[in-house]
Amino acid sequence: MILQDTIVALATPSGAGAIAVIRLSGPDAIHFADKQFKSVSGKLLAKQKTHTIHLGHIMDGNKTIDEVLVSVFKNPNSYTGEDVVEISCHGSKYIQQEIIQLFLRNGCRMATAGEFTLRAFLNGKLDLSQAEAVADLITSDNEASHQIAMQQMRGGFSSEIAKLREELLNFASLIELELDFAEEDVEFADRTKFKDLVERISFVLKRLIDSFAVGNVIKNGIPVAIVGEPNVGKSTLLNALLNEERAIVSEIAGTTRDTVEDEISIGGMGFRFIDTAGIRETQDVVESIGIKKTFEKIDQAQVVIYLFDSTQFKTLGPQFKVELEKIKNKYPQKPLIIIANKIDKLNEKDISNLKSQISNLELLSAKTGIGVEELKDKLLSFVNTGSLRNNDTIITNSRHYDSLLKALDEIQKVKHGLESGLSGDLLAIDIRQALYHFGEITGEITNDDLLGNIFANFCIGK
Amino acid sequence: MFHVERFNFRSMFNEIYDVIVVGAGHAGSEAAAAAANMGSKTLLVTMNLQNIAQMSCNPAMGGIAKGQIVREIDALGGYSGIVSDTSAIQFKMLNKSKGPAMWSPRVQSDRMRFAEDWRLLLEKTPNLDFYQDMVSGLLIENGRVAGVKTSLGVDIKSKSVVLTNGTFLNGLIHIGDKNFGGGRAGEKAATGITEQLVSLGFDAGRMKTGTPPRVDGRSLDYSKMIEQPGDDKPEKFSYLDITKPLQVQKSCHMTYTSELVHDLLREGFDRSPMFNGRIKSLGPRYCPSIEDKINRFADKDRHQLFVEPEGWNTVEVYVNGFSTSLPEDVQFKALRSVVGFENVKFFRPGYAIEYDYFPPTQLKHTLETKLVEGLYFAGQINGTTGYEEAASQGLMAGINASLKVQEKEAFVLKRDEAYIGVLIDDLITKGTEEPYRMFTSRAEYRTLLRQDNADLRLTPKGFEIGLASEKRLRRMEQKHSEAEKFVEFFATTSVKPEEANPVLESKESSLIKQSDKMFKIFSRPNITIDDMRKFDAVEDYIRENDLDDEVIEQAEIQVKYSGYISKEKNNADKLSRLEYVKIPDNFDYSQIKSMSFEAREKLKKVQPVTVSQASRISGVSPNDISVLLVYMGR
Repeated sequence: MILQDTIVALATPSGAGAIAVIRLSGPDAIHFADKQFKSVSGKLLAKQKTHTIHLGHIMDGNKTIDEVLVSVFKNPNSYTGEDVVEISCHGSKYIQQEIIQLFLRNGCRMATAGEFTLRAFLNGKLDLSQAEAVADLITSDNEASHQIAMQQMRGGFSSEIAKLREELLNFASLIELELDFAEEDVEFADRTKFKDLVERISFVLKRLIDSFAVGNVIKNGIPVAIVGEPNVGKSTLLNALLNEERAIVSEIAGTTRDTVEDEISIGGMGFRFIDTAGIRETQDVVESIGIKKTFEKIDQAQVVIYLFDSTQFKTLGPQFKVELEKIKNKYPQKPLIIIANKIDKLNEKDISNLKSQISNLELLSAKTGIGVEELKDKLLSFVNTGSLRNNDTIITNSRHYDSLLKALDEIQKVKHGLESGLSGDLLAIDIRQALYHFGEITGEITNDDLLGNIFANFCIGK
Repeated sequence: MFHVERFNFRSMFNEIYDVIVVGAGHAGSEAAAAAANMGSKTLLVTMNLQNIAQMSCNPAMGGIAKGQIVREIDALGGYSGIVSDTSAIQFKMLNKSKGPAMWSPRVQSDRMRFAEDWRLLLEKTPNLDFYQDMVSGLLIENGRVAGVKTSLGVDIKSKSVVLTNGTFLNGLIHIGDKNFGGGRAGEKAATGITEQLVSLGFDAGRMKTGTPPRVDGRSLDYSKMIEQPGDDKPEKFSYLDITKPLQVQKSCHMTYTSELVHDLLREGFDRSPMFNGRIKSLGPRYCPSIEDKINRFADKDRHQLFVEPEGWNTVEVYVNGFSTSLPEDVQFKALRSVVGFENVKFFRPGYAIEYDYFPPTQLKHTLETKLVEGLYFAGQINGTTGYEEAASQGLMAGINASLKVQEKEAFVLKRDEAYIGVLIDDLITKGTEEPYRMFTSRAEYRTLLRQDNADLRLTPKGFEIGLASEKRLRRMEQKHSEAEKFVEFFATTSVKPEEANPVLESKESSLIKQSDKMFKIFSRPNITIDDMRKFDAVEDYIRENDLDDEVIEQAEIQVKYSGYISKEKNNADKLSRLEYVKIPDNFDYSQIKSMSFEAREKLKKVQPVTVSQASRISGVSPNDISVLLVYMGR
């Protein structure tokens, strides 16, 4: 591992955009930038203060490549902790390539994937869980997942665990105290208080562990399966929610053979819509494969939308009801939204007839947009984001999840041990393991911590 | 022949010793015994041959975590266990109500007999010479040690030197506002060595410790105190059968200080070297003086005092818990106000002592110094406190000095193998700012490091390096094979409900409906070996196989705690992963700019051998370890 070299890479997504940012990091970043950058005022970047922006041109010899803004960050006050230069250039692919190539020819090395963050980590700018959060932050595409990633990056999650760990450490110290100083006139650990503490810790752990499901959903989007007869307007609905043409729309029933997924941000939450081929009984081999797939998709979904064509209700109504029953029986726990589409084509009487036959019916016209907003509200109502909005901690990282599960397992053993009056040294084995798993997330556990705690707070004689 | 005689005439020390041990306290005595028993030509030099293996502080060996160390020393073939047994006046197994990892043997000792037995054992040890003189410096040749210089001007040559100077290096005794040089009350301090070592590049520091007054037992009223007798069924330290458990024991007594005592002590605070700034060095937090206790824990209106006899026949008594460096008149007045001490007469007042030590991060795992080849440090010179800690370091230094001279591989114990391993690794990895004492909580794998299995853990190793005798090894093997067979007996023998249920009922344990394996019943939390022995089959087995108490205890632990023991073993294996990531010698930490400055400095100083050891250095964060792992290609 060499940190002596200076790396360069495009910091914005590849492809054309209005502007692009090219980032340099390493001991020679400012020096290299000075070689290619000509400031309009003739200043040298090396002589500028950190966190300043300069207008000028990137030059390849006498040739001007682009007019750019250059930001200077001096170590250690930069993202990576090294000298960093960020060049904001015009977003054409050609310009991006030219500039990067120029730096590669003049001493820089192409950064490997994640190398900026790795350097930030190696320079102690981020801890492990923060570094992991950066990856999440970059890929977050809705408000909620963005919020979690931000929180975690600022250390919110680590600090909650650190708080738990500290409480447990106090607990452990008391246990160690009564073991190592059994001969002394010390006050021994109050087992009732311990039980309370263990209860409290397992409550918090369970909440964090449960939040993983929520966190996962927020990170990956809430899967919603749209089920319905062919050509009832599933793809049109998806398009109405998406506001763009993405699913295949045609007038021929059964066009959507393969399931199509799309992610839409509604009210700051990510939803992953899964278009399915419906569940109509059929002899067609291709379609029956589609039906099997539909059920697989419903299995994975958290919310099911049953969509039917309200203009066909008069003729196919009984069949719709059979299909609805099938879904309700198979998935009694899953939230189900029943939607009558194309209501723009119905009159008042038909609508009230429809409502009387199917309860909890949502009326919608994907084509005209009637009922689309109501549907969005309904979808949001299934998502419990209360905890998130209160700035609570949510776990999205499976490594943390794993450590929390293990910690909880050990804490449960401590609880059982306490209940059966287990001796302190044996309790301590489980406590130490729990502390170890907490440490996997945030910090270390050394026995010095225990001893420090003991001597800071207690009278030891002899 | 003529030539040789002339040579002999000219010099008292005409040969080159393999090992010279400087100092004959607990560390020095073990070091000398180990080196000599391993076949090294050894010389023990001490300032006063009358004072070999003195107990300078309390007349007791063992205790929590310390008792385990004594058992480990014995298992390796050291003498501390044997001497503790022969000089014991009381035995207690502490913490017996807790799990077996906490069971800790402790004896009260006859102070005079302890020293006498040590000296006689050393005199019987082959390859060991004695000499009384003060070592004032080391002979150094080409960066390695070549012997010692004495204050009489004698040069004694050797291939290695073990320094065990205890509290003697520039020792300064404080009693109230008086202070004077000395290594122990009534003994001279040693000078010269610190100055030479510092000039060679060693870091030196100062530490402080203290001791309570000794009083005339005939002046005490024991009827006002609480008697503390020894165990009904005393055990012993040595795994060998050459020592026997005590038949008769002497009691200790307990009494308390009071508000009045505290007030009287406070009157002398302005003359206390602790509070007027005369003593600057740190003392052990867990062994505080009485003035420190009433100062730091002002809300406590009383503190325990243990009144410990100093031997079978002497009337001298040690007042444990009353360590002090206050003026002797203040000590006397305050102690006279303690219940039972109304008419007390002093033998010797308490005092504090300051002495030089060398931060132990300057040592390798073998206790050899990094700076001078062939030079070893053991005991209080390394910043530890306690006889047991000192003795175990002496043993390890003696072993390693001997192995080095014999050009054999070094002997290092790991943290999951012995408390001795924990002790030395802590010292050389973390260093210590205050006198270091062992606690069970310092050991990550406490459940593995029990007093009952030190022989199983260490005797084979001790035998392999040529220290533990074959007899010792055979005894260990026999004990453990008998215990295993006994466990097997519980696993294969069933007990019927009509025999089991009365026992279970008496212990409020749920009854059985059909015959069940004894192992399952024995595994229940509140069923002990005494309950099991109520079954005829068990008692018959013990009698037929003539099992002794150690075997029975071992089997009990195997049955009742096997789950915890194997869990701890798994943890030890899991966590020792980093133990195998070696760091190259002289690794240049300064190139890792990504590490905190503090971490780089610490790592440079300690030069850890593995990433695991690096992770234990204070000031080295998990982040630093991750960085290090990246550099080590992980």
